[in-house]
Amino acid sequence: MEDILNAIVLMTNFLIVPGLAYGSQLALGALGITLVYGILRFSNFAHGETMAFGTMMTILVTWFLQAHGIGLGPLPTALIALPVGAAATVVLVLLTDKWVYCFYRRQKSPPVIFLIASIGVMFLMNGIVRFIIGPKDQVFTDGERFIITAGEFKQLSGLREGLAIKTTQGITVITAIVVVAALFWFLNKTRTGKSMRAYSDNEDLALLSGINPDRVVMVAWIFTAVLATIAGTLYGLDKSFKPFVYLQILLPLFASAIVGGLGNPLGAIAGGFVIAFSEVSFTFAYRKFLAYLVPDGWAPDGLVQLLSTDYKFAVSFVILVLVLLVKPTGIFSGKSL
Amino acid sequence: MSYLTGEHMTGGYGGADILHDCTIAVDKGEIAVVVGPNGAGKSTAMKAVFGMLNLRKGKVLIGGEDITGLTPQARVLKGMGFVPQNNNVFTSMTVEENLEMGAFIREDGIAETMREVFGLFPILEEKRRQPAGELSGGQRQQVAIGRALMTRPEVLMLDEPTAGVSPIVMDELFDRIIEIARTGIAILMVEQNAKQALNIADNGFVMVQGRNRYTDTGAALMADPEVRAAFLGG
Repeated sequence: MEDILNAIVLMTNFLIVPGLAYGSQLALGALGITLVYGILRFSNFAHGETMAFGTMMTILVTWFLQAHGIGLGPLPTALIALPVGAAATVVLVLLTDKWVYCFYRRQKSPPVIFLIASIGVMFLMNGIVRFIIGPKDQVFTDGERFIITAGEFKQLSGLREGLAIKTTQGITVITAIVVVAALFWFLNKTRTGKSMRAYSDNEDLALLSGINPDRVVMVAWIFTAVLATIAGTLYGLDKSFKPFVYLQILLPLFASAIVGGLGNPLGAIAGGFVIAFSEVSFTFAYRKFLAYLVPDGWAPDGLVQLLSTDYKFAVSFVILVLVLLVKPTGIFSGKSL
Repeated sequence: MSYLTGEHMTGGYGGADILHDCTIAVDKGEIAVVVGPNGAGKSTAMKAVFGMLNLRKGKVLIGGEDITGLTPQARVLKGMGFVPQNNNVFTSMTVEENLEMGAFIREDGIAETMREVFGLFPILEEKRRQPAGELSGGQRQQVAIGRALMTRPEVLMLDEPTAGVSPIVMDELFDRIIEIARTGIAILMVEQNAKQALNIADNGFVMVQGRNRYTDTGAALMADPEVRAAFLGG
């Protein structure tokens, strides 16, 4: 019995908790992608860099606050800095829209032109971020590191396996729940939110109904920027901030959005968790877990790891390809590509 | 002078003209029907009246005011409602939300108008929480018409409201349309089912190749042997 409990704790510690945190980060990021796709009808490749920019601004403000001795006690200072970072990102994104995408909208360009333009924007934002904060790793989390450490858990439970929950993981999941609830409330209950859904559903009819497209687009960008900043900051707090990583994360983000169904917010969330848990469970070494469950002496010698962690992006890529082949509209039947 | 008039409209989608000196008009409380063979420019004429098409010549008047230069959105504010033939509901939104979106430009309360629409189409009240995409063709048309009525228009323009619905549903829809006209709204519609449409029409416009061929009251067109032979199947 204790072995089974140990096995469960081991799973929770190394698979479920990190998966939940990573899934929440992906879900928030994918929501931004799906929002842009639903309203502006193109795949925004600059979304990863938008996250990087938002995180960078948050880090800069965090450093400023830390230098002045302002903090949140056990919670990371970045949480106070986040609204400022989000506001700066909103400004950046709205300016990008004004200078880049607005032109193509007036030209009524096809989505692929927007997509290519967004790749240009991606490189530009990438350059800005590296220019300001540099390409190196930045650790900006402070406050209490753990909600519960492995040692404390062992003492409490008397089990051999420990369960550690990082403060950043707890904050990630709670923030994700709050943000998603707020977003859904906005989309389903407010007039502006409903007009965004209407615009996404049927642009011509929305125009006939007198919905102002400029306003819908602006609100969509604001939400995208805020979501990107939150997702990026949570990811940076949990791991660390490295501009390059935000370029890499684009693949799992798109995989999440597409797996769930592009343009469908519920799908983005589900997709985020599907991708996160697939990545984590495919790269998890099951040896110790199996050792607890099988009789003595049966424990495998190898790591029983399906894929080395270096290949974790391959997992999202394979899932992406499979979904596109079998059900291009995704789990929740969004728009097909 | 009718309440809404599209006079001597000439124009197309950019290339060759589709409409040639075409005139259609409707008065408040009346039903005007545009009929004609496929490709006669019936829908184009509707779009021209609603400003979805640039006219080279001619003008559109509502209540004596020239609105030729206005965008479709601005025409909605002038009291025009338009129900397109296809994609005329927000499929992912509930019936109630569809109606709410129809009234988007209104600043005042919409509860009463919604009650009126539900009075006209009781089935919609029953299905108010259901996504419009899950409804049958006839019910969707009711949502589409209801959505257009939410702005309390003076003129309701319908582009083939009975396309793809069963004959029973068609009769039902025509009855509702007559009811709407009785409330004093001008109704201008394009119909594929020419006979049934002319039966309920005050005025009819028979179009051929972008031109007016016959213009008369619905009853007179129905009685005209030439029109019957050529357009109403004898």
